[in-house]
Amino acid sequence: MIDISTIVSGAAGQGIHTIGYMLAKTASEAGYHVFSWQEYESRIRGGSNSYRIRISDKPVNAPLGKADIFMSLDRESKAKHLPLLKTDGILVDEEERGERVITVPFSAIAQRDFGNKLFANTVAVGALTAVLGIELASLKKVISHEFAGKGGEIVSKNLSAAAEGYKLAKRDCEGRCPWTLTKREQRYYLISGNEALALGASAAGCRFMVAYPMTPSTGIITFLSKHKDELKIFTEQAEDEIAAVNMAIGASYAGARAMTASSGGGFALMVEGISLAGMTETPLVIILAQRPAPATGLPTRTEQGDLLFAINAGHGEFPKIVFAPSDPKDAFHKIVRAFNLADKYQTPAIIMTDQFLADSYFTVENFELDKMVSKSCLVNPDKIQNYKRFQLNDTGISPRLFPGQSQHLVCCDSDEHDEYGHITEDLELRKRMVEKRLKKYELLRKEMRPPEEYHISDAGAIFVSWGSSRNAVLEVVDVLRENGAKVGAIHFTELWPLPEYEFPPEKNYYTVESNATGQLGKLLRSDYGVKVKGTINRYDGLPLDQEYIRERFENG
Amino acid sequence: MVKIEAYRSDAENQWCPGCPNFGILAALKNALVNLGKKPEEVCLVSGIGQAAKMPHYLKCNFFNGLHGRTLPVAVAINVVNPELITIVVTGDGDCYGEGGNHFLHNIRRNPNITLIVHNNQIYGLTKGQASPTTEAEDKTRLQFEGVELEPLQPLAIALLHGCSFVARGYAGDFKHLSNLLVEAISFKGFSYVDVIQPCISWGTHSVSWYREKIYKLPQEYNPRDKEEALKKSAEWGDRIPIGIIYRDDKPHRLFGDYFRKNIFDGKLTELGCPPQRLIAEMIERYR
Repeated sequence: MIDISTIVSGAAGQGIHTIGYMLAKTASEAGYHVFSWQEYESRIRGGSNSYRIRISDKPVNAPLGKADIFMSLDRESKAKHLPLLKTDGILVDEEERGERVITVPFSAIAQRDFGNKLFANTVAVGALTAVLGIELASLKKVISHEFAGKGGEIVSKNLSAAAEGYKLAKRDCEGRCPWTLTKREQRYYLISGNEALALGASAAGCRFMVAYPMTPSTGIITFLSKHKDELKIFTEQAEDEIAAVNMAIGASYAGARAMTASSGGGFALMVEGISLAGMTETPLVIILAQRPAPATGLPTRTEQGDLLFAINAGHGEFPKIVFAPSDPKDAFHKIVRAFNLADKYQTPAIIMTDQFLADSYFTVENFELDKMVSKSCLVNPDKIQNYKRFQLNDTGISPRLFPGQSQHLVCCDSDEHDEYGHITEDLELRKRMVEKRLKKYELLRKEMRPPEEYHISDAGAIFVSWGSSRNAVLEVVDVLRENGAKVGAIHFTELWPLPEYEFPPEKNYYTVESNATGQLGKLLRSDYGVKVKGTINRYDGLPLDQEYIRERFENG
Repeated sequence: MVKIEAYRSDAENQWCPGCPNFGILAALKNALVNLGKKPEEVCLVSGIGQAAKMPHYLKCNFFNGLHGRTLPVAVAINVVNPELITIVVTGDGDCYGEGGNHFLHNIRRNPNITLIVHNNQIYGLTKGQASPTTEAEDKTRLQFEGVELEPLQPLAIALLHGCSFVARGYAGDFKHLSNLLVEAISFKGFSYVDVIQPCISWGTHSVSWYREKIYKLPQEYNPRDKEEALKKSAEWGDRIPIGIIYRDDKPHRLFGDYFRKNIFDGKLTELGCPPQRLIAEMIERYR
């Protein structure tokens, strides 16, 4: 089985992203499953960041802490990350020589042969490609594609730089690098969570995206703004997150599918707007890309610390949808579902991701676009005589029109209102309006999909997790089972309303979450009455991986 | 032809009897009728406060949202449906206080909407606290020893940030205000009318205090002269001018121009979902 992890580390601004991304693309081009993630500091220059690439012949899509191959662009990063290299791993270095070291002076080569240090990164990718035993042709294809917009000279110089790095490393590798990644015919998609969400939103018919920049959510509006001409989507950078959520609500009231995105701090500013969407029964989709908090926290790192906050976001009682997709493919389909359900139940939907899912590149074998259905729930105005936007009925779902659609007037109020949408102090009516809104919650609950079960029938111990940690949890189940432990997993991606689900009795449940207090565990106790035997938490800003989970599980 | 009755609402009016808000309501109805607009072609957007109740008393589409958040809602409605006449009705607390940031930045956006601010220099619905336009030293039911802040200069702010239609009206002059609103609503771009609306319950000035000081800008006043407009916008004391203080009819960049000229010129509701092959093609780029 092929499963190789590579770490490229360096200071911000040195180009480890370029190296890591090019290497990931090259492995993908060669027909392998690739998973890559980054951990970086909140700065534009300096510091110490790393880009991790895991290459395998089977789908993994989860991070690993230890590396088989390590390369660093500066001394400080080398000192910090070198301990992550396995004892039998290979170091690729500019200066150092040794038994397990491949020496390629990429900066010097770039300067000497290509007259510019900028080519050092390409020389380095060439070297890593050789160490991995990938054919040079795959890298050449990626370079030609990625640099295409920069002109023929740049392309050809980069091709030569890559070839030079490849040649030197190949020579040094002889008898020392054990890997050969022969070109395979398979071709997979390599895509990040943010990109998949942006595409999914567009597929769902989102025509209005407004946001205030906040890491790690910014990539979504950036993507949509870049592609607005072909996707026909209106994008706008709001003056603040309060404006963003209210603009999205305004656009939705006017009949367009609309969304916004932020991280915890910006989402906190949107909370009053969420309540407004609940009261005016306006469909709204918000992406909450989590990062470690409280307050500004660790802006560029990952955490799942906002689950209970999201579920409870908004003053007052009204139905709300909260999803936390596992990976980009799930994110793509989930956001379409979020738009459909927000539309059907006329209420806000929150998609929770985190820095890990937003920024990481996952391999997707097949997007299954044929399974995607986008369905609008606006009614036909011609069939209505006396239009009441908030008509009381059995389902609580009133007919939704948009203003200017017909002669019917569409009136919405943030105050308690009558069936026409006019402000009221009729307390009997108030009661009925509360009940109307909550009826939708009951129906919505029936729509929620139960959690995914993995090897639970014979398992004595079951991990319970949610959102982006799915693949790490499934992997630790595989690893533990290979070692004879009877474990399984239950993974939630639809979190509010909590789906109807029976937890198998007589099992030991362990919650696995990227937070300190076990927020899913609290929900399981309060809503399912499930007693959690133990909690495995990670809150150092790094993503959960199978080694981390296994270590905590086995050593308590 | 549209008749004034078309705009009559059955909702019970909650304003104080005799409130000058009634004057603004009547002037707005009259302006819409004069413009020949039907109720379904109009969308009012408001926030919270006494002024923000206006949409309930004038039959048309409306979105009565959160305190201070009128402009973001209105701008988005205008983007989605440029054919709707979108009018924001708000007060000095709602627009200049709670929503101050949106006021600033939507002047910069220049959306094709109209902003009507009922400016009574006080918080009415919360019973008499200072608003951003209450004058310094004025005693209120919260600032017992007098306001320690300088009043905001909203007209000057608008002028300095490129607003091309800036006007001041008076709730007590129906005909003048109605004509002003006709001009504002038919203006292409962000048109802004601050309407002096004495508060008869909590105001720090009486109605006659205003009436004695208000005068109409004379015929010879040139509203295309920005320097003169800045002077007029600051005139507040013995004399208070009303009328169109500044207007620039030159074509300006409107919010959403790029989208309309290059991507789609129409209601976003007409677009529906993109063809699935387009999404498939874009996903294919990741392979």
